[in-house]
Amino acid sequence: MLMCREATELMSLKQDKILTLREKMALRLHLSMCRDCRHCARQFDLLHNISDHHPASRLSSRKTLDD
Amino acid sequence: MPHSATFAAAHFTQLRPRLVAFARLQLRDATAAEDAVQETLLTAFEKSATFEGRSEFETWVFGILKYKILDQLRQQRRQGTWQPLGLGLDEDTLDRLFQQDGHWQSAARPSHWGEPEQVLENQRFWQVFDACLIALPESIARVFTLRELMGLSTTEICKEIGITETNCWVILHRARLRLRECLDHGWLN
Repeated sequence: MLMCREATELMSLKQDKILTLREKMALRLHLSMCRDCRHCARQFDLLHNISDHHPASRLSSRKTLDD
Repeated sequence: MPHSATFAAAHFTQLRPRLVAFARLQLRDATAAEDAVQETLLTAFEKSATFEGRSEFETWVFGILKYKILDQLRQQRRQGTWQPLGLGLDEDTLDRLFQQDGHWQSAARPSHWGEPEQVLENQRFWQVFDACLIALPESIARVFTLRELMGLSTTEICKEIGITETNCWVILHRARLRLRECLDHGWLN
């Protein structure tokens, strides 16, 4: 059985490479049972999408960061 | 029609603070960031490319900046200013977040952040994000920004800073855990 700690490793790895089928199934099973990890998984997904949305690099953004 | 040098000049002033902010997040050194931006602007200015519009122009300039940032990083490595050594396993973070049996520590359990679209539009979120990124240990932050802000693959990062891909995955895992923890505390509360 996958525990939360190992589940977060797979959630992270998923952002950088394609998981094996076995890893995918293990993660999916864990997430189906663990709400804390579902939150964490969504947050890792969000952190993976920051480059498109960061105010500094976002296209045609008028917002600037404080210097 | 907006094009060439006139168009570029008109937008440099406006774009500059954002370029500097972006470079600083990655170089963590005000002078190095200024240098990278200065070189970017010179390169951009010299090449009188034609642009359909502003977003195309910005994509192009940020593309140049990314190359310049990588140049700076390589230079820092050569000069020994930054060594990708000491990239430990950061077991402390794991011990803080997880119990012995692998469950979340009750104080470290992730909260719900709401809809991603709304989060990403939230200015306060970005202020906390930048603060959290700066608060990360430098070696971890470097790998994270190369991956998530510069868009390099882990294979490219290995080549760039001379670590193994496995090490790279481990570092990214710790970086993401630390960032989400920091955002949980700093943004939601």
